[in-house]
Amino acid sequence: MSSLSRDEVAKLAGLARIEMTEEELVNLSSQFGMILDAVARVQEVDLTGVKATSHPQPLENVARPDVVLPSLSPQDALSGAPAQEESRFRVPQILGEAE
Amino acid sequence: MIRKTAVQMAESLAQGETTSVELTQAHLDRIADVDGKVKAFLHVDAEGALAQAKQVDEKRKSGEKLSPLAGIPLALKDVLTQKGIPTTSGSKILEGWRPPYDSTVVSKLKDAGVVIMGKTNMDEFAMGSSTENSGYGPTFNPWDLARTPGGSSGGSAAAVSSFEAPLAIGSDTGGSIRQPAALTGIVGVRPTYGAVSRFGLIAYSSSLDQAGPFGRTVLDTALLHEVMAGHDPKDATSINAPVPAVVAAAKSGDVKGMKIGVIKQLQGEGYQKGVQTRFDESLKELAALGAEIVEVDCPSFEYALAAYYLIAPSECSSNLARFDAMRYGLRTGDVNGASAEAVMSATRDAGFGREVKRRIILGTYALSSGYYDAYYGSAQKIRTLIIQDYAKAFSQADVLVSPTAPTTAFKIGEKVDDPMAMYLADVATIPVNLAGICGMSLPAGLADEDNLPVGFQIMAPAMQDQRLYQAGSALEAALLSKWGAPILDKAPALGGSK
Repeated sequence: MSSLSRDEVAKLAGLARIEMTEEELVNLSSQFGMILDAVARVQEVDLTGVKATSHPQPLENVARPDVVLPSLSPQDALSGAPAQEESRFRVPQILGEAE
Repeated sequence: MIRKTAVQMAESLAQGETTSVELTQAHLDRIADVDGKVKAFLHVDAEGALAQAKQVDEKRKSGEKLSPLAGIPLALKDVLTQKGIPTTSGSKILEGWRPPYDSTVVSKLKDAGVVIMGKTNMDEFAMGSSTENSGYGPTFNPWDLARTPGGSSGGSAAAVSSFEAPLAIGSDTGGSIRQPAALTGIVGVRPTYGAVSRFGLIAYSSSLDQAGPFGRTVLDTALLHEVMAGHDPKDATSINAPVPAVVAAAKSGDVKGMKIGVIKQLQGEGYQKGVQTRFDESLKELAALGAEIVEVDCPSFEYALAAYYLIAPSECSSNLARFDAMRYGLRTGDVNGASAEAVMSATRDAGFGREVKRRIILGTYALSSGYYDAYYGSAQKIRTLIIQDYAKAFSQADVLVSPTAPTTAFKIGEKVDDPMAMYLADVATIPVNLAGICGMSLPAGLADEDNLPVGFQIMAPAMQDQRLYQAGSALEAALLSKWGAPILDKAPALGGSK
């Protein structure tokens, strides 16, 4: 039976940038064993020599001629911004302490 | 008027027996009457819909040539952006967001004069099989309001089956069009991957996502399919080839000599008795029409569910990183010099629901170093085996068939605390998504034990979508003559006007 401890879930939540309550961490940890057991079935198959498929179709790089096409105006692009300033997205501090 | 097929409505419009404004108003009235019970819609844009309808009526009056679905109302899954109209993907993290652009599907609908009445409920970011994971509460199955309509496109399926809309659009990543179509007694198609543009389709799992049509008949569904499909330079994975002749195929409905392969792994144990019975009967109908029924073996399908629940969460953990509280959507915790990282984490906690968090964490785990090869890597190889199984099966048959879902509609709350039981609802639909091919679900009757709709699934190779419609319309016609009336005539009236 697989399992994932509360602390391991907390670490993953940190990596995924999701704050979680103690209850959520404990809950997820208790469900994870069952889910991991189910998905781990992919390891039951002998996959030696089988190539991986990342995409259902052969992908080709698609390029277009380098010409200017109509696009969103700055006003439209900012229309959903939680905060803005001088035609830019205003974000919380990203480099340590506030000035 | 609202119980007609889209084709009949289009005829009435062309004959001048009614106008698109009248038709749209009749559906808006129906929504006002019954959506308090069904809760299919998250947002109804009555004003916009009537304006669109009026425009089509004026064009028709002036003698302009119109597309076959011009003036027909439609319900749009809230996973697709529509400029200026609230778009949430069923998530609180996007509450109140009004996209500044139209998805390509919406542009095509507008160009064809289709009247978009509103946005329908869904499992948050399309993650779920019951619409119970919506951040805005569940949708209820018109056949029995104590049951789910399936999901994730449960709102769209419920809208069509309750006569709130003759047509709807959904999206299908693991069965999210076909399974709700099955559970509500309507037709739903997941087109070939790359056949319909994903531009403006809010991404869940990019290598599996595909938008597609819902209708009450195979021909109605084909007409919508033809409107929404086609190459789009704005989507790098869009197939640059003509749209398969789905409307012509839906009109022909001839299966004489067609080879129909029954997938051994997708029936029997685990399938509800009434589901299996209706499926077997449908096969007999197809055989009576001259189709040749063969059995095909797809041994890797046994691992499809496991592979899907590694691939989809892995892709989602990456795709949903864009909800970072910086450019659009919710932002919480932005106080007194809180760091961007703290604001991001607080916002994602407040904005994402339980299932979304579960899948992001699972995906983060499956992609982390040390586990990548064992989980995500193995799942990608299983995907190859499934593609090979299909290739072999399609060398023996023109289309493949199975029940769409192992059970009929389940009760609200029945599986919501048991993720694995919920995931099993997609066991028969997931292989199509992993292989990037196309699939249809159409009604096969009602299960004896609960009188709820059963879905019959047809699968065809990539860009052979017309085969779905060919076999589907043949079966539909045979079953209709057996039943004497469309299956939805047996659904309860919901207390609204008819």
